[in-house]
Amino acid sequence: MLLIDAENISFSYRDNQVLNNVDFQLYKGDVLSLVGQNGCGKTTLLKILLGIYKSKGSVKLLSKEIKEYKHKELAKLISYVPQTHQIPFDYTVFDVVLMGRLAHIGLFSNYSLNDKNIALQCLEKVGISHLKDNIYSQISGGERQLAFIARALTQESKIIFMDEPVTGLDYGNQLKLLKFLKDLAQEGYTFVKTTHYPDHALYASNKVMMLKNGKVLDVGEIDTKLTTKNIKELYDVDVEIISRKNGYKYCIPTI
Amino acid sequence: MKLWGKILTKIGFIVLTLILIAFMNGSLFVGNYEISFEEYLMFLNQLLGLESNLSLEKYEMLQSVIFEIRLPRIIAAVIIGATLSISGAAFQAMFVNPLVSPGILGVLSGASFGAALGMVLGWNWFFINISTFIFGMLAVLLALSISFIYSSAKNMIILVLGGIISSSLFSALLSIVKYTADPYNALPAITYWLMGSLSFSTSTMVWNLSIPMLCGVLILLFFSKYLNALSLGDEEAKALGVDTLKVKIIVIVVATFISALSVILAGIIGWIGLIIPHIARLLFGADNKIILPISALLGAIFLLMVDNASRIIFSFEIPIGIVTAIIGIPIFIMVLKNAKRGF
Repeated sequence: MLLIDAENISFSYRDNQVLNNVDFQLYKGDVLSLVGQNGCGKTTLLKILLGIYKSKGSVKLLSKEIKEYKHKELAKLISYVPQTHQIPFDYTVFDVVLMGRLAHIGLFSNYSLNDKNIALQCLEKVGISHLKDNIYSQISGGERQLAFIARALTQESKIIFMDEPVTGLDYGNQLKLLKFLKDLAQEGYTFVKTTHYPDHALYASNKVMMLKNGKVLDVGEIDTKLTTKNIKELYDVDVEIISRKNGYKYCIPTI
Repeated sequence: MKLWGKILTKIGFIVLTLILIAFMNGSLFVGNYEISFEEYLMFLNQLLGLESNLSLEKYEMLQSVIFEIRLPRIIAAVIIGATLSISGAAFQAMFVNPLVSPGILGVLSGASFGAALGMVLGWNWFFINISTFIFGMLAVLLALSISFIYSSAKNMIILVLGGIISSSLFSALLSIVKYTADPYNALPAITYWLMGSLSFSTSTMVWNLSIPMLCGVLILLFFSKYLNALSLGDEEAKALGVDTLKVKIIVIVVATFISALSVILAGIIGWIGLIIPHIARLLFGADNKIILPISALLGAIFLLMVDNASRIIFSFEIPIGIVTAIIGIPIFIMVLKNAKRGF
C-alpha cells in the first residue's frame, strides 16, 4: 500500500538549494534508509515529509496533500524521532514519553489513566521502564534515544521517521536498536531513517534512497541499489559488499 | 517513586492553597485600623446572617474597612502575584529560556508607557487599558524580532538582550511622557504608581480587572500541556501534533494581556515573574502542567507576604515594586547556581 507519494520536492534555505526535484515513495512495511553525505538534504527531506518544512512540489500522505492535514491528524499517522538534544528543563523520562499522547487529547482534557498506561507499556517495550522517573537530561545519549522511540510508539502512529537513530549509541546498543526496528517492522510499522552506515542500511532496511547534492542518486530495493558503484559515487570510497551464508550482507571498505 | 512524587505534588498543592487562604484571612488584620479576631468572627457571623452582638455602627465600619480597603488590596496582591508568575512560567517554557519573564521581555515597560501615555492624554479607563495592552504587546514583539534578526538558532542570551533593548526603548519613551507631564499632579502620580504600589488599586478597579486576569490564568493553565512540548523545540512540538504557531500566539497574547493589566493595577512589580517559576521548578520538577498552577499559587502568596511585611515593618508605605526587587535579586542569584546543570 502506498503511504507517502511525494513529487518534485524542491527546497531552498536562503540561497542554498538543499533539495532539487526529489520524488519519494513509501510503502507500508518498508524500512527505508536515507543515505548520503553530510548536508545532502536527508534531514531536510525528513522534515518536509513530516510537514514541518513547507516545500515546492506535492507531498501526499494516504493520497491527501500533507498541508491539508491538521497537526493532530498528522501526528496520529507519523511520528518523529529526532536526534537527541539537551533540554534546559528537568523533565522526567515519563513526562517526555507521555507527550506522545498530546495528539490524542483535547484542549480541555488531561492525560487519562489509559494514556499513562500506554506510555508505560511503550517504555517497557523499549526496555527502559526502570528509567521512567529519572531526569531526561541526565540519562545517557542511548537511553535518550530509546526514550524518544518510546514516545514515538506512545504516539501510536504506524509510520516512524528517525533522524540518525544510532548516533551516540555504543556498538552493542546500535545493533540492539537496529534489531528492534526490524522487529517493529514485522509488527507492521513503517520506518524512514537517515543513516551514515551502509552496514546498518543493509542489516535493517529493505529500501534505500541515496541523495547527492540535493538530488536522488538512486532509489529502490536495497539488494540491487546499495552497490559498490553507488557507494563510490556517494562517498568517494572503495568498498566491497560481502554476502554471508545467513543471507546478511556487509559493506567493508577496501583501503 | 513516581507514586511518592505524585502524592508530594498533591500535598504541595493543598498546603500552598491552605497557606494562601490563611494569608488572605490574616492580611485582613494588617493596617492602621485595628480589628481583633473576635470582632472578625462576629463580623463573619453577622455577614452570614447569624447571631452576633456587634453594634450596627461597628459592623458598618468593619464592612467598609474590609470590603472597601483591605479585601481589594488582598485580591490585587493575589491576582497580580499569580498573573505575573504564571506569565513568567509560560514565557520561560515557550521560549525554552529560563531567563525570561514579563519584566525581562519588556512587557512591563511597554505597558507602563502605554498606561502613562493614556493618563497624560486624559483618556478614559477603557482606552488606557487598551493602550497598556497594545504597548505591552509591541514591546514583546520588538524583543522577539531583535532576537530573530540576530540569531536564527535558539539563543537564550540574545532573547534576553532583545528584551533589555525593548525595555530601555519603552523606558525612554516613558521618560518623554513624564517630562511633558504636569510636574505638580501627573508626574508624581505616574512616578509613584510606576514604582509598583498596591495602594493605587481602588476596589472597583480590582473587581473589574481581576475577572479578565483570572480568565487569562485559566487559559494559560489549559495550554500548559502544550508548553511542555514547545519547550522541546518547535519542530518536535509540531511532530507531536501541536499547532505551534497558534499556541504561541495565544500564549504570548494572553500572558502579555494579564501582565499588562497588572501594570494598570499596581505599576511595575518586577522580579516575581522571573524568580517564582524557578522556585516552583526547584520544588516540583519541570512539568508545566504542575509548574504553572504552582507558580500562580506561590506568586500570590509571595506578593501578599511582601505587601504585608513591608507595611508591618515600616511605618510608611514602601512601593512594593522596590521591595520585590530587593528580595528577588538575591533569590535569583541563588537560583542561578542551577543554571549550569539546567533548570
